[in-house]
This record gives sequence, structure tokens and C-alpha cells, in this order.
Amino acid sequence: MDARKVDECRAIAADIAEDVQRYIDRHTSVGAERTFLRAYGVDGIDDQGAPLVNLVVDRYQKAGLLGRGIGYFLGRALLSGAKTVQDAAERLAYAPDLDAGDGGPSLLEVRGVIAPHAEEALARIDRAKTEREGLKAKHKAGPAPLKYVIVATGNIYDDALQAKAAAHAGADIVAVIRATAQSLLDYVPHGATTEGYGGTFATQENFKIIRRATDEASEEYGRYVFQTNYSSGLCMSEIAWMAAVERLDMLLNDAMYGILFRDINMCRNFVDQYVSRRFIARSGIIINTGEDNYLTTADAVEKAHTVLASQFINEAFARRAGLEEEQMGLGHAYEINPWIEDSFLLEIAQAQLIRQIFDRHPIKWMPPTKHKVGDIFFAHVHDAMFNLVGVTTNQSIELLGMFSEAIHTPLLMDRYLSLKATRYVFNACKSLGNEIVFKPDGKIAARAVQVLDEAVETLREVKRDSIWDSIGNGAFADVKRTRTGGKGYHGVVERSPDYLNPILEELERHAPSH
Amino acid sequence: MHPPTNPPRPLRAYGDREGDGMVQLAFVLQLPPSARAREAAKHFAEMHGLKEPLVATMEECAEGYSYFVVYGHSEHAVDVSRIDVPEVRTEALSREDIEHRIQSRLGRKIVIVGACTGSDAHTVGIDAVINYKGYAGDKGLESYKGFDAYNLGAQVENEQLAERARALEADAILVSQVITQRNCHKENAAALIDLAKKQGWRDGVVMLLGGPRIDHKLALELGYDAGFGPGTKPGEVASFLVEKLCGA
Repeated sequence: MDARKVDECRAIAADIAEDVQRYIDRHTSVGAERTFLRAYGVDGIDDQGAPLVNLVVDRYQKAGLLGRGIGYFLGRALLSGAKTVQDAAERLAYAPDLDAGDGGPSLLEVRGVIAPHAEEALARIDRAKTEREGLKAKHKAGPAPLKYVIVATGNIYDDALQAKAAAHAGADIVAVIRATAQSLLDYVPHGATTEGYGGTFATQENFKIIRRATDEASEEYGRYVFQTNYSSGLCMSEIAWMAAVERLDMLLNDAMYGILFRDINMCRNFVDQYVSRRFIARSGIIINTGEDNYLTTADAVEKAHTVLASQFINEAFARRAGLEEEQMGLGHAYEINPWIEDSFLLEIAQAQLIRQIFDRHPIKWMPPTKHKVGDIFFAHVHDAMFNLVGVTTNQSIELLGMFSEAIHTPLLMDRYLSLKATRYVFNACKSLGNEIVFKPDGKIAARAVQVLDEAVETLREVKRDSIWDSIGNGAFADVKRTRTGGKGYHGVVERSPDYLNPILEELERHAPSH
Repeated sequence: MHPPTNPPRPLRAYGDREGDGMVQLAFVLQLPPSARAREAAKHFAEMHGLKEPLVATMEECAEGYSYFVVYGHSEHAVDVSRIDVPEVRTEALSREDIEHRIQSRLGRKIVIVGACTGSDAHTVGIDAVINYKGYAGDKGLESYKGFDAYNLGAQVENEQLAERARALEADAILVSQVITQRNCHKENAAALIDLAKKQGWRDGVVMLLGGPRIDHKLALELGYDAGFGPGTKPGEVASFLVEKLCGA
């Protein structure tokens, strides 16, 4: 592997992210401002089920005032007699006359009154982080690759049962998949939920319930059980905050996934991913990026380099949001057509390349899905080969394949059999990766070199065209999006010169240690 | 092994001898493994018509749950001559076929406009068919070079949809109706057809209806060209449109 090429990729990715960061730093969004309100401690819904944070932010956005930061108005409400943050938010939402922010207290006074609440917002995240670290020290995590499974019943109480069953069968990480299309809701539902199509709603209460179940599992099985959810879509930053305070361990969080696969407006997505990652950085949560998705739409052999290019970009954005490498679970997948000659070698090449380039990162290795069509017996063999690559190339996090992929969400039995087979392969081949070397002039090495070369080329093109236009040209996953198209663009707001946000300022004080 | 020249009727499952009826069943019972659980699995298999069931595997797959693999001889037989196959509306075409036919026979893109109409805010169906990500591993219409697809999203009024479709000179309109109360999905879907007739463009546009409570028969009754129920993959819709617009 040519280290200079890797350095070049990193340098180009940094420039690409920097260009977007200049935009991010001049904007905020309704999602971001709702997140800060929640962080100050605003909670609850009205009698129609609308979250208070939405009522406040929507009202100020409609009035064209959100560019000053919702914290500014919250502070003014506190100075004008509101007893608590909650009371202040209710005034902002319901007061007959809207405070347009003219006259009254000075900016300094507003800063002063909001400061202790901002401090408490950060302290709350820090407490959750400390508690997580304590539990991780008490119950040691299993060996890598960590075995990651998904539960998706739609009912959080059933999810809790299934999560414990999965932990019993050997799972290290349990993810609760979200209800279909939650990513397109511009609010976070409230309370415990028992009905969901294709998954379970991500709500703060649901996070509490499932965290309790996996804490119990850690205690019972003497092994730390990681809890995962999805920070994506129009509420990605609010969900990141909820996960931070409810002590989740990982979040699916990607700088570009929403743009490409959910048709979320790119301006909105870039602003929101930054805010979500600032909270994630502070909380010590590990992100899982979504490059595996590229290969479900584009060809896994021809477009392998776009995965690598995107990982460099995701890494660059994550660094700009203060994440440590150890928090960056860059994603990739075993999605090459299993029937092409030497497909297994191509998979090894890609997995080994990414492992070596991102050597400190908890790389997330995703199973075959695209070429699974319902033959469960063949699929089980397919997954075994995937597991073999995972353990041999020392991937950090492995989402287990399910033989019933493309048929239904996994049954209890499906998950059990997948865990059993994975346990076998991981254990039987534990030291295989340390025993083998790849021929320097062999097919595997040649493929790795080719993918890296193509990734450099792609990154150069993206930099030349800017990421805005590159996405417009279909550079990633063959999907094309425009700068002002997609969902949620109306929720992006330009920050005014006197934008006030002490929470973000504090989050931004932290820079990665490397 | 010789292929059977005259398939016997009625048909039994084929293990390794004609007529042995051998099948395999895998399932979970809410019991920890025990002699009693094994017997329960046997009974369960027998109730499904399996003779001489053999419990090949019994393992605890979660606390208090056992997973079983059972083999047995099914006594059931199928009379193939009595099977009534529901009408297959279109042949499923491959992605290559779809692209090729559009390019060679139409010579331009097929323009489609889709929406979830009326008060319905559930875009899961229309998104699955149109958006790139698709459904169950099958990519949406956006992913085809031969389709120019516009997903207008949810809560689109019929008038709005009609106006947009005409402005884009759409070849086809896809209407999704997910949530329904007191049959409002039917009324709303029918109203769009009425509007199209009144404005005089119904015959120039292929109109499709989809949703969990929609089937082909209902869609035809409401005046649509076809109906697509739950589990429809984007490729099926693409195939139908190609056959309809580019000829079989």
C-alpha cells in the first residue's frame, strides 16, 4: 500500500469537507435549533402530540428570527420572568405576542442568564459518558469483531425481550431498527411506542426502555452489551442528543446518507450532520457510517472505490466535528456478486485495504443483502464466507448476516442460527489473520492497489467539482441530488452576525486529540 | 435421475423416492429443551400432517425457547389440475430488458409522476416504488435510465397532481393510498379518474393505483389501468409500464 496515496486522499478529503464547513458555519436549521432547546432541558408535547421544541422553533422560523439562535430568545424569556427553561419555552411557543428580540436586555445579559443552563446541558452529557465508561470497565466487551444484530418488532417492549435473547445467544451489539420513513418526519415522536411499520420509532422514552434491557443483559451475561440506534434523517441531531443523554453506545450516522438515500436536502443534511456529530463527539458515542448502502445500488466491483472515497470524506467531516478516530466506525460491505470468479478474493482485498488505511477506526463490516433472494440454505453459506473475511481481516464491528434477508425481519431462530454460525467461524479462525500474508504481486494486492488508485482519482474529481456538484453528478451510489432539491431545505436558516449559541460554542472548543 | 414423464397426480413432496412425502420443518416453541419439549415438537409436526416425525435438532435458542428441525413424511398431496392460477398481468422483465425496450422502442424516457394523495401522509409505498433505494433489494424507478421519475410526496391534492402531471407531460401517474378510513382511499382515487376524464386526458395517461388495501380488481373497478398490492417491487411496476407504453 502506497502511504503517500493515502495521505493524498486524506488531504483532498479535508479540502472537500472544509468547503462545506464554511457553509455549515454560516447556517443553522430547525432540527439543530430543536436539538439545542432539548439540550437546555425543554421537553413535552401539546395536546395534539406536537413536541414543544417544534412549536417554539417553527414559530420563530416563520417569524424569520431563527437566525439569531433560539437560545437567545430562551434567554430573553428567562430574563423577563420565566421561572424555568421549560416555562421560558412555553412562553416562546404560546405567548400571544411574539418577542422579536428588540430592545430590552443586552446580549451580555442574555448570555449570562443562559450560561448555567448551557453548562448543565453539557454536564448531563458528560455524566452519561462517565456512567457508560464505568459500565464498560465493569463488564468487559467481547472480542472483535463485535457481533451486531438488529431487532425490529415495532413494539419497544418486544424489542427489549428480543434484545436480551440476542445477548443471550452471543450478540455484543443490539440495534433497534427504526420505523419506516421516520427519517422523513421533521419531529421526534414522544413516549414509549408499541406500533411501528418495519421497525420501532426512535423516541427518548424508547431509548430508556431498551437501554435498561441491555444493561440488564450486561449484568446477567457479564459482557458489555452495546446499544445502537439511528441518527439520520431530518431529526438526526435531536436523536444524537437523545442517544447521548440516554447513554447509547453507537449511532448510525453518515455525512451524506440522507442526501443520497432519503432525498434529504444537502444543505440541511450537512448542517444537521455537523450538529449531531458535535454532540456525538462529546458523548463518546461511536458512529457507524453508511457506505455499505452504495453497494446495494451501484455495482460492488465497479464502484468499490467510491466506498473508500466516501470513507475519507466521512472521516474528514467527523474530524471537523471533533470526533476521535476511535469513534469513527466507517462502514463497508460484502456485496460482490458471489458467482463471479474470485469474488471472495475481491472481498478480502477491499476489507484488508480498509482495515489497513483506517487502522485506529472501529470499522463496521456489513453482510451480503443484495444477492440474497430467499434461498436460506445458500444464504447461510454466503454469510459464513462473509464471516470468514470479517475475522481474517480483523474488522471491528460486524453486522451479522441473516439467511432470511429479503424475506422478513429476522425471526428469533434466524438470529440464533446466525449467531451460532458466526461464533463458529470467528472462533475457528481467530488467529488466521495473523498467520497469513498476501503475495505482493498477487490478485488480492493488485485489487487493493487498484481500488486505492481509483479512490484518489474520484476524490480529485470531487474536489475539482465541489461536493455539491459531485453529488449532483451521481459520484456516489449513482444517485443525483441538487443543492436546493430534496426534503427539508425550507428548514435551513442563515445565521445572523449576532447568532447566540453557548452550547455549540462549548462543543466546538473540543478538538480531536490526534 | 430420470425426469418423470407423466407426473403422478396428486403430487406429494419428493424426498428421495417418488411419493415419500418427505419435508423438513424448522420452528421455535416457547419451551426450554427437554424430553417433553421434544415430544411437543413431534406432536406439532404430526398436527401438520407429518407422519413418523424425526426431531433432528432441539437447541435452546433463547432463554425458555427451543429451536427444532424436524423431518417427516407429509401425507398431503396436491392435485395440480385443479389449481387456478390468478391472472398474471405482465411478464417480469429484467432491468436490462426494461432499459433496452424503452430505448429501442420508445426512444425517450418514460415520464412518471407519483404521489400519496389526499390526507394520506404515508409515503412508504410510493417511496418504495419510485425512490432510488427501492424495496426489498429492488431499486426504485429513479434508478432506471429509462424513467424520468417525479415523486411529489404526501398529501398531494388530486388537482395539484393532475396539474403537475400535465405540465411534465407524464406518460403515467402512480397514486398511492396507504391509510384509509371509511373507504376514503377509494373515493379519493376515483375522484382523480373523474377529474382526468373531465379534463379530457384520461386516455392519454397510464394510471396506476397502489397500497396495502389495493388489488388489481379494485383498481380496475375504480377506473385505473392496474392495481398493485402490498409487497410490490419497483421492477413489477416498471415491467407493467414498459409493456403498456412500449408494447409487449
